Amino acid sequence: MHVPILKQGDYLIASVQSVLSDADLVQLRDDLADRVGQFRSRGVIIDVTVLDVIDSFATRTLRAIAHMLKLRGAETVIVGIQPDVAFAMVQLGLTLEGVGTALDLEEGLAYLGRLAKRTLKHAK
Amino acid sequence: MQSETRVAVSSAADIVTARQKGRALAMELGFDGSDLTLIATAISEVARNIVDHATEGVVRLAPTNHGSKHGIQIVAEDKGPGISDVTLAMQYGYSTRKGLGVGLPGAKWLMDEFDIDTRVGEGTKITMKKWLR
Repeated sequence: MHVPILKQGDYLIASVQSVLSDADLVQLRDDLADRVGQFRSRGVIIDVTVLDVIDSFATRTLRAIAHMLKLRGAETVIVGIQPDVAFAMVQLGLTLEGVGTALDLEEGLAYLGRLAKRTLKHAK
Repeated sequence: MQSETRVAVSSAADIVTARQKGRALAMELGFDGSDLTLIATAISEVARNIVDHATEGVVRLAPTNHGSKHGIQIVAEDKGPGISDVTLAMQYGYSTRKGLGVGLPGAKWLMDEFDIDTRVGEGTKITMKKWLR
């Protein structure tokens, strides 16, 4: 299913609404890469609260999205990974190394806000 | 006892169907929370193995018993190229194609029993089980 992407100031919010097939994940990757350029976004939040499975392909794609968007100048934060899903990922030995994560949308926004502040400080 | 559920697997959408049916059966059998997620994730990995390497195959889901133990059995079978070196394929981080090399060894970790029967040129049959605790 297509993932809607909302623009909120400097940020994009991709809110996953239902289970995603491999093809949907790849579509999300391409859509986000486009939108970040279109809206000159600084941060991207991917909300995966509804996902009941994050397997090796999903992990790899989320990681690829984050690294790709970083190269386009945007930080990515994945929010809403459920406890059972986190447990299965750990069992599988999957990590989201180098990718920001936060508990929920609110924490994700706060995470991006902190990153932006830090960048501003460095720039001064 | 419920009969076997059969899911033909040849596309990304079928991987989702297989894990959803697997989760539904596991729930019916009495598995809960984290076990349901582990089972669904393991099904996702073996189903993807079919799509990536054999193009098409079938995932069969059924209740299983052994003595006083009850659980779920998942069989993923294809008539694909087979795996020439199973030891290597089951090594964590080893990948022939686009994957992380996590799929099959990962599925083994998620389940209680995992068996792989493969013949080059004939196909691969993965049988895995999880027992109710």
